[in-house]
Amino acid sequence: MLILTCPCCGVAADETELAPGGEAHLKRFGPGSSEDAFEGYLFLRQNPRGVHFERWRHAYGCGKWFHAARSTTTMEVFGTYSAQVTEPPPEITAKIAAAGKPTA
Amino acid sequence: MSDAVSVLLGARVDGPVTVEDAGLCGMIVLRGDLSSPAFKAACTEILGAGVPEALGSTVAGDRAVLWMSTDEVLVLAPFAEASALTASLAEALEGTHHLVADVSDARAVLRLTGGALRETLARLTPADVAPASFPPGMVRRTRLAQSAAAIRMVSDNEAEVYCFRSVARYVMDILANAAQGRPLGLF
Ligand SMILES: [Zn+2]
Repeated sequence: MLILTCPCCGVAADETELAPGGEAHLKRFGPGSSEDAFEGYLFLRQNPRGVHFERWRHAYGCGKWFHAARSTTTMEVFGTYSAQVTEPPPEITAKIAAAGKPTA
Repeated sequence: MSDAVSVLLGARVDGPVTVEDAGLCGMIVLRGDLSSPAFKAACTEILGAGVPEALGSTVAGDRAVLWMSTDEVLVLAPFAEASALTASLAEALEGTHHLVADVSDARAVLRLTGGALRETLARLTPADVAPASFPPGMVRRTRLAQSAAAIRMVSDNEAEVYCFRSVARYVMDILANAAQGRPLGLF
């Protein structure tokens, strides 16, 4: 069971209160982009064994989107952070580094 | 015009924890910038109750303001006052980015009373309902079994549950069933 602390309302939310939003920090390639870039944006995901950055929505709670960093193998959660950023903040990457996990 | 009735028609199940239809209740969704002076003024001047802190509530007489999200509160008021209050709030917030909607007929309110109500809730929600995590005055949006619901801890012996009108019967049934459970002495 996964428990993520929603950074918007501060609630430690059970997985069943959340809606998953897939891989985080995707760069959108829309009209005018190459077919390869569009395919990558639409379909290609990292799906790593280890540290993963994800989007989640506190669907049954405050309703807001946020980001989470966790390990897909151990379910260890390194932290949650604002949805309004394009890369994980330093305190999250520091925690991952401290846990001795590679981020890529 | 037909008479308004609450969807549960006064249903009530007695026990160590009593689950009952709280009856018709005025409910207004109010969204906007909770920290803006206009929003605060609308709450204090029209409702008499200030903007609540995150996960909190404010009460003034028969009115209450419940924190729903970083940009949303739910106003509770007597059913007969809801449409006039909605108009007053809309007028007060005109020109600012906001949303006011009278949802009195879209939602239902159930009341739980009894010392074991935390155990009843714990059987249905993933939310931490221990006294230290869910003190009186706190509001928590979560789920009760398969349905979305908001819970307000009114006191240690009373809680209110807000859910969609369409699932009120289901929420009533699961709460009444959970209330029959063997006491566990958890809280
Ligand atoms: Zn939240």
